[in-house]
Amino acid sequence: MDTPNIQARPAPARAPIGFDEKLASHGLELRAATIETLQVNVGKLCNQACKHCHVDASPKRTEIMSRETAEQVVSVLQRFRIPTLDITGGAPELNPSFRWLVSEARALGTHVIVRHNLTVMFESGQEDLPEFFRTHQVEVISSLPYFLEQQTDAQRGNGVFTKSIEALRRLNEVGYGAEGSGLILNLVYNPVGAFLPPAQAAIESDFKRELHNRYNLSFNHLYTITNMPIQRYLEYLRRSGNEERYMRKLVEAFNPNAVAGVMCRSLVSVDWTGKLYDCDFNQMLELGVAGDLPQTLMQFDPGTLATRQIMTGAHCFGCTAGAGSSCGGVVV
Amino acid sequence: MSYYEEDDLSRFGEIGKHRPDLFAKFMDWYQACQEDGALSKREKALIGLAVAHALQCPYCIDAYSQSCLESGSNLEQMTEAIHMASAIRGGAALIHGLQAHNSVHKVSM
Repeated sequence: MDTPNIQARPAPARAPIGFDEKLASHGLELRAATIETLQVNVGKLCNQACKHCHVDASPKRTEIMSRETAEQVVSVLQRFRIPTLDITGGAPELNPSFRWLVSEARALGTHVIVRHNLTVMFESGQEDLPEFFRTHQVEVISSLPYFLEQQTDAQRGNGVFTKSIEALRRLNEVGYGAEGSGLILNLVYNPVGAFLPPAQAAIESDFKRELHNRYNLSFNHLYTITNMPIQRYLEYLRRSGNEERYMRKLVEAFNPNAVAGVMCRSLVSVDWTGKLYDCDFNQMLELGVAGDLPQTLMQFDPGTLATRQIMTGAHCFGCTAGAGSSCGGVVV
Repeated sequence: MSYYEEDDLSRFGEIGKHRPDLFAKFMDWYQACQEDGALSKREKALIGLAVAHALQCPYCIDAYSQSCLESGSNLEQMTEAIHMASAIRGGAALIHGLQAHNSVHKVSM
């Protein structure tokens, strides 16, 4: 196993009220309802180092899932017939076992989602990613924080917007985002700063119009995702003096109707070592599933995991603000 | 003490401690105005930003800058809205120049 390159983690975000306390004030608790998705983080290595990244991913990170652990992922998918494998990172394509994992999961009939950062297809050996995705009928979900260069590069790094537009063009060329192709290309909007996302339908309409008019590009859906107050984004909030205001905003926007749809209720998150979490955010905080539950892929037991009590923190307000936020966008 | 405190924006509700019935009526009306209607929330937020600049209200400028971002506007669009408000303010001042001209002409040979 590689030696982890551990980054200093900022102290947890401070909210004016505890998340569990807020739930209780509405007569709610947070418990899983099913396991529709196994969301696997295959490593923190990335060709980008985005300012909002909750993974703290970058080209310097060395944590990466081994083939042995990837085989355990496939074994869990096979034994428990989990409908969807959601592969994330880092840039998951940089894991040497990535293509094997996708192929094996698809051979089982599992729906495979890849959280693809677009620019990685310009890395050496990754040029054929659009064709690989098409061959395996992968659903591609890609971040594009805005349809203008300034905002996108401000969050994701200089030059990222231009590369992202070219990558979207290549995905469109092989059929992604085209009506009737069955090749799904969804985009993700993250606010470029300390504010909440706009209404998903409205901003999706703007993105469709602007990307078509400016670049003749198409995609299926735009998901708005709230920035979670953890890791690199939390450091930004603190540096810029926005933490208190942002946390107050999240708490004031708490929507009890969003609780039923948050993603931890229908997925189990797996880290690069095979350890289990309630979501990718908890994973980055090293907040594992409750201690009395199976802790690793080797111990995976859907019977207990599917109804588990979710581990929470102040960051959970990010998923319940306004229309809610999940890996698939709004939840209400 | 400054006349304008940033934290006062989030204390707006305290106005309702006295005559809460009037404040509740105002808030109902205010909230209803923000919702999607014949105009979208985003258009309304841009109007709010423009009016905030015309009124030069720092609370409103702060609040509607956030509203514009959270309804999907970018800084170019927001700046255009601010120019609209400023241009109308400027034009409104300038057209009063005719009043001055009229006044001067009235007493001139």
